[in-house]
Amino acid sequence: MSAGTLSLDGLTRRFGARAAVEGLSLEVARGELLALVGASGSGKTTTLRMIAGYERPDAGRVRLDGADITAEPPQKRNFGMVFQHYALFPHMTVGENVGFGLEARGFARRDREERAGAALASVGLAGAEQRAVQSLSGGEQQRVALARALVIQPRVLLLDEPLSNLDPTLRRATREELRATLHHLGVTAVFVTHDQEDAFAIADRVALLQAGHLLQVGAPDELYDAPASRAVAEFIGRATLVPAMLTDGEVMLALGGVTCSCIARVPESLAGAREVLAVLRPEALTLASPDDNDAWIGEVVERRFAGALTAVRVRLVGGGELELASPDRLVRVGDHVAVRVAREPVAVVAP
Amino acid sequence: MTTRRRGIWLVAAPLLALLLWAVVYPNIAIVTGSLVDGASHWGEFIASPSDREALWATLIVAVGSVVAAVIVGVPLAFLLTRVEFRGRRALAAVATLPAALPPLVGVIAFLFLYGESGVITRGVQAALHLQHAPWTLTGVPAIIFVHAYTMYVYVFLLVSAGLERLDTTLEEAADGLGATRWMRLRRVTLPLLTPALAGSMLLVFMNALGSFSAPYVFGGGVRVLSTQIVASKLNGSLPLAYVETTVMALGAIAALGLFRALERKRSYAMVGKGRGDRLVPRSGALRSLTPVLSLLAVVFLVLPHAMVVLVSFATDGAWTTQVLPPSYTIENYTRLATDAQLLLPIRNSIAMSALATAADVVVCFVAAYLVALRRFPGRGLLAVLIALPWAIPGTAIGLGLASTFDRNDPATLRLLLVGTFWILPLAYFVRGIPLVATGVEGSLKQMDPSLEEAARGLGAGWWLTFRRVILPAARPGLVAGAMLAAVTAVGEFVASVVLYTNANRPISMEILAQIRNLSFGTAAAYSVLLILLVLLITVAGRLAEGRLPNAEGVTTG
Repeated sequence: MSAGTLSLDGLTRRFGARAAVEGLSLEVARGELLALVGASGSGKTTTLRMIAGYERPDAGRVRLDGADITAEPPQKRNFGMVFQHYALFPHMTVGENVGFGLEARGFARRDREERAGAALASVGLAGAEQRAVQSLSGGEQQRVALARALVIQPRVLLLDEPLSNLDPTLRRATREELRATLHHLGVTAVFVTHDQEDAFAIADRVALLQAGHLLQVGAPDELYDAPASRAVAEFIGRATLVPAMLTDGEVMLALGGVTCSCIARVPESLAGAREVLAVLRPEALTLASPDDNDAWIGEVVERRFAGALTAVRVRLVGGGELELASPDRLVRVGDHVAVRVAREPVAVVAP
Repeated sequence: MTTRRRGIWLVAAPLLALLLWAVVYPNIAIVTGSLVDGASHWGEFIASPSDREALWATLIVAVGSVVAAVIVGVPLAFLLTRVEFRGRRALAAVATLPAALPPLVGVIAFLFLYGESGVITRGVQAALHLQHAPWTLTGVPAIIFVHAYTMYVYVFLLVSAGLERLDTTLEEAADGLGATRWMRLRRVTLPLLTPALAGSMLLVFMNALGSFSAPYVFGGGVRVLSTQIVASKLNGSLPLAYVETTVMALGAIAALGLFRALERKRSYAMVGKGRGDRLVPRSGALRSLTPVLSLLAVVFLVLPHAMVVLVSFATDGAWTTQVLPPSYTIENYTRLATDAQLLLPIRNSIAMSALATAADVVVCFVAAYLVALRRFPGRGLLAVLIALPWAIPGTAIGLGLASTFDRNDPATLRLLLVGTFWILPLAYFVRGIPLVATGVEGSLKQMDPSLEEAARGLGAGWWLTFRRVILPAARPGLVAGAMLAAVTAVGEFVASVVLYTNANRPISMEILAQIRNLSFGTAAAYSVLLILLVLLITVAGRLAEGRLPNAEGVTTG
């Protein structure tokens, strides 16, 4: 498989006066799995369509292994694409669907059938060649679409919301399977999703888009632990953003009349800044003993079972609320509790 | 449950009885009539060279019309939905115009334009200084020519709708997999358009098979089944006419069966969002040529309408050998408005089509409601009965009614209607049944059936549920169907020619009489009136649907 290195350079696409994507630059290394994440309307699908060649950028370049392919039509790119609703040809069998790309490349029927069969087997659908597309379940359709995109040995594989049409149980299983398959094949892949959990579970790196702009790109834990901006911190995971003062690598959190200082993870862009927002993740907070001087005192106003941890919302005595994830299941609404920071460093972002 | 089912039967039983009586009974009468002397009339049919010739000609005309309509309609549908070019809007605005011409009017217009003494024919003859007309508008090619003009609209509309609905990601998927434009068209786009294409081809086939006006007016020496039927009836050989009618109906039913088989195999639900970017051609030569070609097409499409309007102002009898009518007057119109004899056909057509449409609306609404939303024994039969008239050519419907309702005989459920005013409204009613019923059925099937249950669950009684839930859901199809039925009835010719009397003659028969009389101006004035009536009905329908007419979507008539 001849996986390629993809690079986007200042991609811009406008629909009328509105810019769907503006000045987007990204590198996707050979064999890397990159997730484009964002709310609907953030420009992620438009970006994917520009990479695939279905959409012509108004400005910027798409390069593959250094060669400019911006003007090349989809037919010439040799990219594999898995569409959101899979776009399986309803009038063809599963085998004909998977063999279509090979047919376009002039493979002989026998060769085609052999390769299509192997591709189907690789996604766990051996022997499904003669089945009608409409008889497949959602998960099977997704895998046929994947086999169809992979069988042409794409330089880059593109997936548009590949998991959005699957039910939650199947979705979790498919995530792992997809990551394993793509890694095993060593294919360069870009996939679009609005679901950050999908992105975290599958991707090596995640690019977060908002209103057509790239907010941050990095490994999942980078985005989670070191958000580059308030928008990233708010979008990725859950967090309480607390106004804080930065001094000397330490951050002073003044909340509910109690001031506590923690070690801060200060990004270069905030070097020298004073007023910031501290990003308090629920699992970085813990319930403490009430006589802890550094702890905030408050009352539990909401308790929600969330599996391994219990989600707790605490209204602080001096005002403000904190959300934490606690292993303690005995907490009840109305309990008076103390809360403190349990994990450092704490991420800070510009207010 | 049982009371509810009995309630359904209270409505369904009389409905079934009515349809069996008005739709099925006449057809049985035709088939039994053809067998009145054993198989001897069938033998007569088979032995008759003119009938064999007619059968062939009918098939050639039907198939030829389908081919011609596809050749014109499919590329035009692709062009107007997929390509952006100068003149596109103008072309789109007039592309469905031929459907606004009642069949006979289209034929007359072509006669005025391309007939032996037509404007275009004479114009070319004069320009090239020819001794004779450069062509004749007779025979099978002429019939197919007119059919192509009036019937391509079916193909164009259905294929355009198919293209609009087509999930464009399927085509993008083909692109992404490396398919060339040609492979994509052949392997993806066209197969997905099969239902629309087959449906429209069937429509054209059925219309061409039963077409009467074109073969009648300029068939020349060519016989087709529909003209044979009328000729046999006029000659008094009714049993032979029955055989010919049966043969024609069998052809229609065979075509329908073929289509249904094809439709079952190829019917897909479409998901995904379509993106309607129109392609802009890059070639400069093509770009500068398109406005010219569009203009030519627009002129060709509008010319028949324009010609009818022009001739309607021509003085009767004055237009003989000149290219264009030499003198003009508004007398043709004033005569129509003042002469009681000339006014009669207009009043007849309006009254008869209004009656028929009103009956269609009531009967078909109930029938389609039962078929779409109720389960009861007899539902399948009802579904077949409301679709059946569609498969029966107009001439056959006319002849069936003529042979069934020709005497009062309560024992055999016969009524004397022939020769009375009522026979034509009855024929129009029968022809309108499938148009209204399929419209309503389509609309009701799109409605979520749980809506009705939800309304009842909220405590709404039968009447409230009907008025606030069912009727609004059925309205688009009901209005569109009624519009089609009224348009068809007001210009009806095929069944009328078998059934009319002097007292209830419709506009179409009067047009024919005026043409025979060489009163072209008067005939054209009637034609213009008919076109205006069609437009009026269309606009009324659009208003009833809650939207104003737009230029791109005149509904087919």
